[in-house]
Amino acid sequence: MPLLDRNGNAEDRWTRSEGAGIGNIPAALVPWEVLVEALDTQEPAQVIGVLIPNNVPFAELAPFLPRLALVAIAFPAYADGRGFSLARLIKRAGFAGEIRASGPLIADQFAYALSCGFDTIELPEANAARQPVSRWLHARDSFSATYQRGYGESGRNVLDQRRAARAAAPIAAE
Amino acid sequence: MYRYDEFDERFVRERVAQFTDQVTRRLDGSLTEDEFKPLRLKNGVYLQLHAYMLRIAVPYGTLNSRQLRQLALIGERYDRGYGHFTTRQNLQFNWPKLRDVPEILGLLADVEMHCIQTSGNCIRNVTADHFAGVAQDEIEDPRPTAELIRQWSSAHPEFSYLPRKFKIAVTGAEADRAVIKAHDIGLRLRRHPDTHETCYEISVGGGLGRTPMIGKVVRDYLPKKDLLAYLEAIMRVYNLEGRRDNKYKARVKILVHEIGAEEFTRRVEAEFAQLDGPSINADPEEVARIAAYFAPPRYEVLPAVSNTLEAAKAANPAFARWVEVNTVPHKAPGYTALTISLKPAGQAPGDATSEQMRRVADLAERYSFDELRVTHAQNLVLPHVRQRDLYAIWQALGEAGLATANVGLVTDIISCPGLDYCALATARSIPIAQAIQSRFADEARQREIGPLGIKISGCINACGHHHVGHIGILGLEKRGIESYQITLGGDATENAAIGEILGPGLAAEEVPDAIERIIGVYLAARSEGESFIDNVRRIGLAPFKAAFQETARAAA
Amino acid sequence: MAAPAKRVPLPAILLANDLLDGDVVFAFIDGADPLAWTRDPALALVAADDAAADRLEAFAATELRGNKVVDAYLVDVAIESGSPVPRHFRERFKTLGPSNRPDLGKQAGEGIASAPKG
Repeated sequence: MPLLDRNGNAEDRWTRSEGAGIGNIPAALVPWEVLVEALDTQEPAQVIGVLIPNNVPFAELAPFLPRLALVAIAFPAYADGRGFSLARLIKRAGFAGEIRASGPLIADQFAYALSCGFDTIELPEANAARQPVSRWLHARDSFSATYQRGYGESGRNVLDQRRAARAAAPIAAE
Repeated sequence: MYRYDEFDERFVRERVAQFTDQVTRRLDGSLTEDEFKPLRLKNGVYLQLHAYMLRIAVPYGTLNSRQLRQLALIGERYDRGYGHFTTRQNLQFNWPKLRDVPEILGLLADVEMHCIQTSGNCIRNVTADHFAGVAQDEIEDPRPTAELIRQWSSAHPEFSYLPRKFKIAVTGAEADRAVIKAHDIGLRLRRHPDTHETCYEISVGGGLGRTPMIGKVVRDYLPKKDLLAYLEAIMRVYNLEGRRDNKYKARVKILVHEIGAEEFTRRVEAEFAQLDGPSINADPEEVARIAAYFAPPRYEVLPAVSNTLEAAKAANPAFARWVEVNTVPHKAPGYTALTISLKPAGQAPGDATSEQMRRVADLAERYSFDELRVTHAQNLVLPHVRQRDLYAIWQALGEAGLATANVGLVTDIISCPGLDYCALATARSIPIAQAIQSRFADEARQREIGPLGIKISGCINACGHHHVGHIGILGLEKRGIESYQITLGGDATENAAIGEILGPGLAAEEVPDAIERIIGVYLAARSEGESFIDNVRRIGLAPFKAAFQETARAAA
Repeated sequence: MAAPAKRVPLPAILLANDLLDGDVVFAFIDGADPLAWTRDPALALVAADDAAADRLEAFAATELRGNKVVDAYLVDVAIESGSPVPRHFRERFKTLGPSNRPDLGKQAGEGIASAPKG
């Protein structure tokens, strides 16, 4: 499936495995149901990622994070925004691996996904065909800044930019 | 009122460009209708029965004359010369073309307005007390809070794809004029009993519609500085755990109901405890920057009572009645807050023509420090009027058909547009409102009855707030014709209550009789000075149900 | 997947909203084939049998895919004075306009020019 990162098309080094039998696949992406089993068979140089449905309680996922290099969160529909909160929680927990959104997202969600901590988006073929990468990159830059603090790149929120503008200019008497 | 700085201005312009691009991609097929629909909803574009509908955000109901004139112009140029003010303080146009919407959005951006998030499964317009800043019982103006939340909730990366719509309201007085208890989050500014600092009481899980519920208090005293972090905690719990399997069970009120208020509160507090407040909350400078825009205008020093006004009242009884019914006491001596009724006989409740909008804009500019408000009752308010100017205003309003003296009375009906416009409706509501107004046209009789809130919804979604009407009317369908259910005893104030059904549905022509009988029971049973809703609370529903059955029997 | 939803009773017409303008349009035949859209409900093509209804639905699918219209669906009608009138009051309103504003909508002739073009 086509993969995007913040700069456009990305190489996918991960291989999806249907079950826990991941052999010596260097980077194995396994379904949530077989994660424990897969981790048990993990080879020394092997990295493991998990594809989770978007209704997995974060508390259940958290213990596995130190052993994962990728968490892919399924988006059953682009209107189902649970993945954005999950990504946020995963990032907050200090997860240093890749966080991926997997499903029929639309380009207009790209900036939101990146702001919430997603590193990559994995799209179904048909969706990718209708929305070429150029559209994703264009949509990514729709807004110069967000109103919310703590999302996305620091400095790209309105409150901080306001503060900087105030500091740079002398305060005019009202 | 708040004025955009360069950052707000840039945001709105970028949003216009984004939506224009989305329309283009819809037309060339790169976005399907399924994908486009949530995007256009987030820009206030609905598809209704006869045409698209455009819902324009009026943040906490506050407008200036320049903005209202622009709305009048848009109505003329792109619509049919009128607009409809809604129960969430917004404005709707009923006939825009999708091809014109980008242009309309540009015109709105020119006057610091937009249609952002007035629909869709996101945080909607934050509403507030329409007497904010001027009411005598106010502890603190709720609008700086509303403005802070408005900015924070705009294009929120994490909370733009919620299970369902999300509505927030703020009040700053003991009296609740913002219906906060029927909102997903209701905020009330209050004083902490020990520190006397203002803080927030936070309710969650109010809402009308299919399963009406009153909000539950989750936090009695939230320090003001923690507002955004606390809201983030609530939204995250809802976003993750709100139901997604059933559209009719997806509001936060269902989650609160299903897991219990206590458990919901526990989850919110647990999430809140994990948040780093300083990196989320607005800093004191920003809070002060916003609050400065809502400082009181430069009121003149005036006597509490205006001799000019008293003389004009004595000379003109009709004027005196209008003053008594449509004005309320004001913080500043010699001033008053005037409600302009958009419920004259023969006009759809809440509608105003472009000409009427211009008239109100002129009056606001000249007599109200260039400020006006939209109320959830679909009326307009001039919040800072000198008492001595009332007569001139009344005359000017009279010329525009805007001087009806019925605010809060039986003909001041709240009504959604209903099946005459709305694709979701099951029955018409406007003709019912007009039939009731016609039956109670006599102004003396209206004053005799006193304060009485009738609210009409054309379907179970309850946009007319019928559940919290003293008398509520719900339009449904029975055997292929429109059928109206009457409820009694609802209350939209701090004494929030959901009305109870009186009996089976009635045909449209039976509704005015039923209302007459209900009011007849009240008039016969009321004690001295007792209002309708107080009477209902005192004597209970039984006498009214009996009278209602009479109507049903008489009609059969 | 479950069997497709039951079709509305016949006879029926096909209506939709124009994508760009938003107003209600009806499938009709201007003289000879092919199907096209008109703003005038009186000219709506009436499908009296399943084959005709199939054609209307195929037309709807094409027009939806072609980004011409939205929300296209069949509406069952009665024939009154030779013209199709929707049986359900909601759909009747779509052919008329707001009942409190007889000066607006199709009931006032809006969009219904002498030449029945879509």
